Amino acid sequence: MRLLIIEDDRESADYLVKAFREVGHVADLASDGEEGLSMAEGGDYDVLVVDRMLPKRDGLSVIGSLREKGNRTPVLILSALGQVDDRIKGLRAGGDDYLPKPYSFAELQARVEVLSRRNVGPAEETTYRVGDLELDRLSHRVARGKDELTLQPREFRLLEYLMKHAGQVVTRTMLLENVWDYHFDPQTNVIDVHISRLRSKIDKGFERPLLHTIRGAGYMIRDGLR
Amino acid sequence: MTAFGKLIRTTAFRLTLVYLFLFALFAASLLGYFAWNTRRLINEQITATVNVETTEITDIYTRRGLRGLVYTLENRALRPGANLYLVTTPEGKAIGGNVGSLSPGVMASTGWSETAYRRLDEQDTADHRALVRVTELTNGFRLLVGRDLDERRRLFGIVANAAQWSLLVVIVLGIGGGIFVARRVLQRIDAMTGTTRRIMAGDLSGRLPVGRSGDELDRLAENLNAMLERIEALMMGLKEVSDNIAHDLKTPLTRLRNRAEEALASSGSEAEYRAALERTIEESDGLIRTFNALLMIARAESGQARGNMDDFDAADVARGIHELYEPLAEDDGMTLRVKTANAPLHGNRELIGQALANLVENAIKYGKPSPVVQPMDPVVAARTREILIEARREGNHVLLSVTDHGPGIPEADRKHAVERFVRLEASRTLPGSGLGLSLASAVATLHGGELRLGDSHPGLTATLVIPALSAAGDRLAAQTPDVPQKVA
Repeated sequence: MRLLIIEDDRESADYLVKAFREVGHVADLASDGEEGLSMAEGGDYDVLVVDRMLPKRDGLSVIGSLREKGNRTPVLILSALGQVDDRIKGLRAGGDDYLPKPYSFAELQARVEVLSRRNVGPAEETTYRVGDLELDRLSHRVARGKDELTLQPREFRLLEYLMKHAGQVVTRTMLLENVWDYHFDPQTNVIDVHISRLRSKIDKGFERPLLHTIRGAGYMIRDGLR
Repeated sequence: MTAFGKLIRTTAFRLTLVYLFLFALFAASLLGYFAWNTRRLINEQITATVNVETTEITDIYTRRGLRGLVYTLENRALRPGANLYLVTTPEGKAIGGNVGSLSPGVMASTGWSETAYRRLDEQDTADHRALVRVTELTNGFRLLVGRDLDERRRLFGIVANAAQWSLLVVIVLGIGGGIFVARRVLQRIDAMTGTTRRIMAGDLSGRLPVGRSGDELDRLAENLNAMLERIEALMMGLKEVSDNIAHDLKTPLTRLRNRAEEALASSGSEAEYRAALERTIEESDGLIRTFNALLMIARAESGQARGNMDDFDAADVARGIHELYEPLAEDDGMTLRVKTANAPLHGNRELIGQALANLVENAIKYGKPSPVVQPMDPVVAARTREILIEARREGNHVLLSVTDHGPGIPEADRKHAVERFVRLEASRTLPGSGLGLSLASAVATLHGGELRLGDSHPGLTATLVIPALSAAGDRLAAQTPDVPQKVA
């Protein structure tokens, strides 16, 4: 995956470039808004990571002019402003995701990877499959092998989101945002409890677990350990 | 600026000067009008008298000839306060009357004129003035009848005198009064200025002096005092908050540092380093959460989050939060139930959701029944492990409440419990930032409502009371909270 990071703080920028390279991505760096805009226009990137406050040209304005020119590259906005209305402003300006600072790299990586998949443009399939687990989005049926599973509506949506991003790490906050539509940070392990319930329904009694906990990051659904 | 300079620059003094000028003008014009009218009246009286006498004397002359005329004049001249009479020959020689001398040329023309004169019997040389009428008799004789103008002059003198004195008195009293009023005002303003200087210098306990008269300055002072009271309370609150922040953030920071130091000092294995680093990250995540909560509270309290408000049903929020927390409660051995009725409101769905989530998290954390020695009826025991989320509408308000059957919060502690970083004795050992209730309260305040803590015998009922959506007025009320805001 090719990434462009537009961030003016040298240290965090270098850290991001190094960290993304270590997990196997190609990361370029622009240190101000103007440079970022021209690089984003010229290069063929899968995801842009844009700091909200940049010298020369504000992050939101960079996104705005990219979108105006028809550039649809997914953008993740990084910002020290983490409030609800700031996020809404960022998303309205054309951002695809918003991550308040300080963030954990695992969270950023998970979000960037999910965004980049969108860039490839997977068809909104009606059936998701992971191993022998099958989810039908139209009839709301879930089956593992020959066994029909009964899920609560919210468990269904949780599994749907996980399977849509099968093979990718999904963090707790991503789940809270996308499945429950809440953007706050719960002080308790409320998401873990939902996951463990779901896990007891889809993995219990089966030889190969599909729903994995990724330490320090979140969860991932995939068939076996490749 | 000198004291006098300050005095004459006061509004009171300037106003006094303006009034003084206006009063003086008024008095002068009144007296002038009076004087002018008096003069006119006297002139009219003199004219009338002189006319009557001229007619009489002319009549006597016609009937009794020159001799009769002279005789009548001599007679009349002897009366006390007599008028002036003079008869001259066509050559201009005086042949009768009581006038010794006149301004030259008076007798030359007939009609009215004002002249200086002297009586025949007068010894002094002082000039008098008179209003005289000269009439041409037959045969070229001329008759002068006139009256002294002394009366008019005296009267005019009195008026002028009165005008002088009254002007003097008006000016003296006016300036004196102006200085008195200005000094009084200036003294009070100086007292106020002194107090405000002290306050600006940092002594927030200073208050403006308030008199007993209840005048405009007293009312101003009272209002300023109320404002100072508020500022002092805010500053105290701010200080308390910053002390608390310092304490509650320093403690985890110290822990963080100690752990890192300890890991560095010990020659541990890679696994040990890893564990230490992971704990460090966990600890800093906790700090970040605390910061986020603080920022959120500050934002809610300052009213900045008023954007992003829309109409929604609090019942949906209640069901959503129930759905989110139900498994967690169950894992903790509690039962989370929800009971909703239509509860429309205008607000920030995200914030209301978070406030309710905080209340539910609190109930799960702290709402466990206190251990009892005697075995309980299983039905009652099940009831005490129940947490109820309720959304309903009561009158003009939407009530979003969370009820548990734990130890509750003693009445005396309830107000305190809402404050930032306050963790009541009972909860000190459990994890948490002490910001949950503060945030819930700030969110309620932002929406023009409040957070109420009540007793559920036993247990705690925490209720978000928020103005309901019904009329436009409600929405307006929601945007202008009149509930006193907590310290930002």
